[in-house]
Amino acid sequence: MNLKSVFTSLAAAAALAVSFAAFAPTVARAQIEVDIDKGAVKPLPVAIPAFSGGGRGAEISQVISGNLERSGLFQPLNVANVADKLADVNVQPRFPDWQATGAQALINGQVTVGADGVLRVDFRLWDTFSQQQLLGLQFTSTAENWRRVAHKISDAVYERLTGEKGYFDTRVVFVAESGSKLARVKKLAIMDQDGANPQYLTDGSYIVMTPRFSSTSQEITYMALRPTGSSIYLTNLETARTETIGKFPGMVFAPRFSPDGSKVAFSVEKGGNSDIYVLDLRSRQSTRITTDPAIDTSPSFSPDGSKIVFNSDRGGQAQIYVMNVDGSGVRRISYGGGRYTTPVWSPRGDYIAFTKQTGGEFHIGVMKPDGGDERLLTTSYLDEGPTWAPNGRVLMFSRESSSGNSRLWTVDITGRILRPAAYTGAASDPAWSPLLD
Amino acid sequence: MSFDTQRVARLAMIGLAAASLAACASRPKPQGPVAPTQPAPTQPAPSYPQPAPVSPQPMGAVPGSVQDFVINIGERIYFATDSYDVTPDAQAVLQAQAQWLNRYPAVRVRIEGNADERGTREYNLALGARRANAVREFLIGAGVSASRIESLSYGKERPIDPGTGEDAWAKNRNARTAITDGAR
Repeated sequence: MNLKSVFTSLAAAAALAVSFAAFAPTVARAQIEVDIDKGAVKPLPVAIPAFSGGGRGAEISQVISGNLERSGLFQPLNVANVADKLADVNVQPRFPDWQATGAQALINGQVTVGADGVLRVDFRLWDTFSQQQLLGLQFTSTAENWRRVAHKISDAVYERLTGEKGYFDTRVVFVAESGSKLARVKKLAIMDQDGANPQYLTDGSYIVMTPRFSSTSQEITYMALRPTGSSIYLTNLETARTETIGKFPGMVFAPRFSPDGSKVAFSVEKGGNSDIYVLDLRSRQSTRITTDPAIDTSPSFSPDGSKIVFNSDRGGQAQIYVMNVDGSGVRRISYGGGRYTTPVWSPRGDYIAFTKQTGGEFHIGVMKPDGGDERLLTTSYLDEGPTWAPNGRVLMFSRESSSGNSRLWTVDITGRILRPAAYTGAASDPAWSPLLD
Repeated sequence: MSFDTQRVARLAMIGLAAASLAACASRPKPQGPVAPTQPAPTQPAPSYPQPAPVSPQPMGAVPGSVQDFVINIGERIYFATDSYDVTPDAQAVLQAQAQWLNRYPAVRVRIEGNADERGTREYNLALGARRANAVREFLIGAGVSASRIESLSYGKERPIDPGTGEDAWAKNRNARTAITDGAR
């Protein structure tokens, strides 16, 4: 994908790019392609009729439909009145029926639950106009995992039509908020990316902030703040086991895993000065890697683990810097006007997302790791704390109104697809998981 | 204890509070520390049936109490945007805090640094820590033992004014000297 051409020639942005060469040469070429980097000015109309096999079939197709719609790249059509009922997934659809709806793609499927209780979901993705089958897969799972099957189908469809990995079979850890601005209660929480299955992980008796996922396991790290001090915790989501990273003389905050999950970078404050440390989780040895008397915080590793992007006010106000993982070779990469904070390296390595404060407003933006091609994607009273979807093409962040209501939002890297996240409760500090296994 | 003696004691306390408020209005003057074991106010307050206050007033604070510190000294100082410089106004408050703490050496405090909402969470934690440390160092410089002072940053998590705009943000950029132990 050529991002540069997309961003420099907006006029060329079309709803559908008919693309024959860009990706996945081993897969049969599709007639239809969604070019994610053009931000889908007009989303692709798709038909996602209820999968056959009773109530569960309808529920699965609704979850798929919701995922694809929220991506902003697809427009699921109301196809309840189409005559072709697609009762058998092995029978070719009556394409004229589907062409008449305007749908360019059709996703149909069939759900069975065996005597052994195993859920089987067969689905097909069709190009309605070329009448080609683009995908045909069967998923088996335990019956209670039906939502994850729907997310995996969504990911398969998304990848086939956009050439990018999907991000639907994922979870988001975040901070659920309640209470007034003056007496805010913050609980650590986790949910599926579509807002389903929300669960609290802490009880709100102390403040929690800035949870982050490990990219290699079902592990999270976060900061807890009590009147007696701050702690950084590691929690294994499968075993629910929680441990601290240890005692430090002052405040500890801003933890984030290395890409291989073996280290955590974070800030330690001593005598008012915040510096960045890296803790090796196996040896439990921590190493201080910045020594400047300025604020040094919000470290985030490059995907190859060799560099750390971080926030510092050593130049007079908050800006973004990159250094080698041992602290050497520090250089500033943000040079626009305003204050830059919360840098986060994309899992693909091609961008760094950040929060920028300028002219009384806050923005979520992206820039190349060398500081080039800065683009602001959002503007509001208070946007902050972007987190990357595992495909590196969508960001989630917190948006707080002046009255103090904080919600989760998503934006794609073109900035054109900006919308509230599926979870509509008061929330902040989202962190996206990697794709689940 | 009869109703009458209670009332008398209360009136006497109001008289004392008024006196210390008046003292506070002028610049606090350096005073020699009072012996730590001496709990009673210097003015014995036996039986003055008058004067009754003209209008309702807040109950007077017991000297050496948290209330005394909050009302008569002031527990917070305020900062400019993205700054941890202690302004001349704030220095006067901290000077008074130090004197008070030197007078009541059993008191222990936690300095809580706070930031307004016009910054991101992690940066504001670091900024609040700078503010808390600026206060801590000032108090130590003014003779308060370092072992009596903890510090903590709440970042932007503990605003005191929920409003929007410079007035509210200015209040939320503060460091609070919170008494954790040893007050009367």
